[in-house]
Amino acid sequence: MKLNRFATTACLIAAGAIALSACGSDNNPTSAGSDSTVTSSSGASSSDSTGVTTAAGDPTGSTTSSGTGITCATGTLQLSGSTAQTNAMSEWIKNYQTACPGATINYGGGGSGQGVQNFQDGTVDFAGSDFPLADGDEHDKANQRCAPGTAVDLPMVPGPIAIGYNLPGVKDLNLSASTLAGIFSGKITAWNDDAIKKDNPNVDLPSTKIQTFHRSDGSGTSYNFSNYLANEAKSDWSYGANKAWPAPGGVGEKGTAGIAQGVKSTPGGIGYMELSYATQNSISYAKVGNAGGDFVELTTDNVVKFLSTATVVGQGDDLALKFDYTNTDADAYPNLLVTYEIVCTGGKSSELARDFLSYIVSDEAQNLLPDLGYVKLPSNIQTKVQDTIKGLG
Amino acid sequence: MFYERKRPQRGDTVFRAATLGAAAFLLVIMAAIAAFLIAKALPAIRSDSVNFLTSSRWNPDDDPSTWGIAALAVGTLISSVLGLAIGVPIAIGVALFISHYAPRRVARGFGYLVDLLAAVPSVVYGLWALVYLVPNMRDVSKWLHDYLGFIPIFGSDGLYGKSLLVAGVVLAVMILPIVAAISREVFLQTPQETIEGAYALGATRWEMIRICVLSHGKSGVVSAIVLGFGRALGETIAVALVLPASNVITFSILKPEGNSIAANIANVYGDAGEIGRGALIASGLVLFAMTLAVNLIARGVVARGGNLRRKAAA
Repeated sequence: MKLNRFATTACLIAAGAIALSACGSDNNPTSAGSDSTVTSSSGASSSDSTGVTTAAGDPTGSTTSSGTGITCATGTLQLSGSTAQTNAMSEWIKNYQTACPGATINYGGGGSGQGVQNFQDGTVDFAGSDFPLADGDEHDKANQRCAPGTAVDLPMVPGPIAIGYNLPGVKDLNLSASTLAGIFSGKITAWNDDAIKKDNPNVDLPSTKIQTFHRSDGSGTSYNFSNYLANEAKSDWSYGANKAWPAPGGVGEKGTAGIAQGVKSTPGGIGYMELSYATQNSISYAKVGNAGGDFVELTTDNVVKFLSTATVVGQGDDLALKFDYTNTDADAYPNLLVTYEIVCTGGKSSELARDFLSYIVSDEAQNLLPDLGYVKLPSNIQTKVQDTIKGLG
Repeated sequence: MFYERKRPQRGDTVFRAATLGAAAFLLVIMAAIAAFLIAKALPAIRSDSVNFLTSSRWNPDDDPSTWGIAALAVGTLISSVLGLAIGVPIAIGVALFISHYAPRRVARGFGYLVDLLAAVPSVVYGLWALVYLVPNMRDVSKWLHDYLGFIPIFGSDGLYGKSLLVAGVVLAVMILPIVAAISREVFLQTPQETIEGAYALGATRWEMIRICVLSHGKSGVVSAIVLGFGRALGETIAVALVLPASNVITFSILKPEGNSIAANIANVYGDAGEIGRGALIASGLVLFAMTLAVNLIARGVVARGGNLRRKAAA
């Protein structure tokens, strides 16, 4: 009797499973839309990991060449903060640990806010952040942790911000800062709007509706893109610069991966993302307008060129940067972010921290950045960072 | 039966003290949590430059701090109500099928399946919705707008994708097992004599269910709906994945607009500063107040229904 009942239940579950799987196989061929989304999202993650693994082929080459730069301190480093530099950090950590088996380094991610918090609390050796420490309370608390030294910001991982769009058939697109401001504030709603036509006189633009995508989580990418709009399109952008996306409307997505997925699956979609996500998902990205009214292509050289004119606004050893948005160089791409390492001066950084920092600012480490979707520091800034790191001990 | 009244023994005293302690401990914890939340939320509310109940912006870490829960609260309510509107009729149908239509063995297996639905982690529902529902609901949304667009809630600008409707559908699936399981238990407790009485008077099965089962189970079903509503209000990750996360007060369920309190907490907590965290906690308190209000209203409805029936019977 008992067995019998069990058998019935088993049958039922089996029948249910068959019915369900039948549904599944029914759906797959017909719903091409969902299929393509599945592949795109899995494509994103797999190419994400290949991005790391292709670079992982390097270490043999890079460690031998960087063997001179690393003195191999031992111990453990605990780091956290900006997720925008995670890919660079994990690559660098892997290389450093391969060269120095006595060192253990963990980069916890968690976001810039958490990194700063952990740094102030003294639970991490140094923190990655998309922003320099804010004047006042935030910097004061960080200084207290570093006493008798101070807490300083070191620019380390610059990354271009691509304006990715999904317009089947449109390969080249120019978007001036004021057009972008109109699009992202909801004033420009269709792709054949006059403002977009004016930027692209030779492109046949469809009447597709524009769907903008922005970050739903706080992000240095949001801050730097809105800062670009606030500086280059002053009259058309009234929302200022903010790490929490400041303009109303549009669809919020968590993380750059979410934005890439949204743009890729939405005809008429547009969003800002770190370059690596656009290339990995084969999303087209626009040439953006600069202060001189030119449209600048996103290339590594163009980004470095723009970054090299940034001025240091930090006090003393602090190397917080301010971009020069008035740059009219037609080969300087003005839409980017720089992530920092927040470290202690005055001998409060461990030997391992100093050695690891001097590795990641070295040419060997910085030259790995373009393959990971970032750009390397311009040499003028790199030299300043190197000098500061030498003075940390 | 006759119980001899004994002197209180030591075991009694100890046990009594233990239960009292447990109860007191619960109260202390609740009070401590409430005090902590309010203490964290107050500075954020005080530093807010706009009214935190009526503003829709969410920039608490700005200078001046600008944030409000209006859009979040509206989005939370609409998506949850939508989830109930879609999920509850199906859940009650499932419950009635299991309790009064299906052969006993089928009912048993079917009951297991429904309970199984409740064991799926919500992030799995969220991923399913993100990858499957969002693209495939586009045509459904378009159809709704084309044929029913004259009703404001089906208004659209021609953009479809993430929306309150998608969130409502996910929530419907998620509350279905709760509402169905509780309703099923309540329906099964309909007194056999009233059922037989109804049949004796010549009722069909549907009439019997309407007269006996549904009216007997009304208060239980309301409790089930309240529980489901609570789950929908507080659901975080699945909703965060499919809501457009744009802080706009919207009454259109098709437009890519809307956000919810819980989803907003999940989205922005990682990068929130001191004031930002306080603001998120304040929004959590608002969610708590909303849940409480819904509970009280539902209890009131049930109690009033009971009174009316008793009066009618008298």
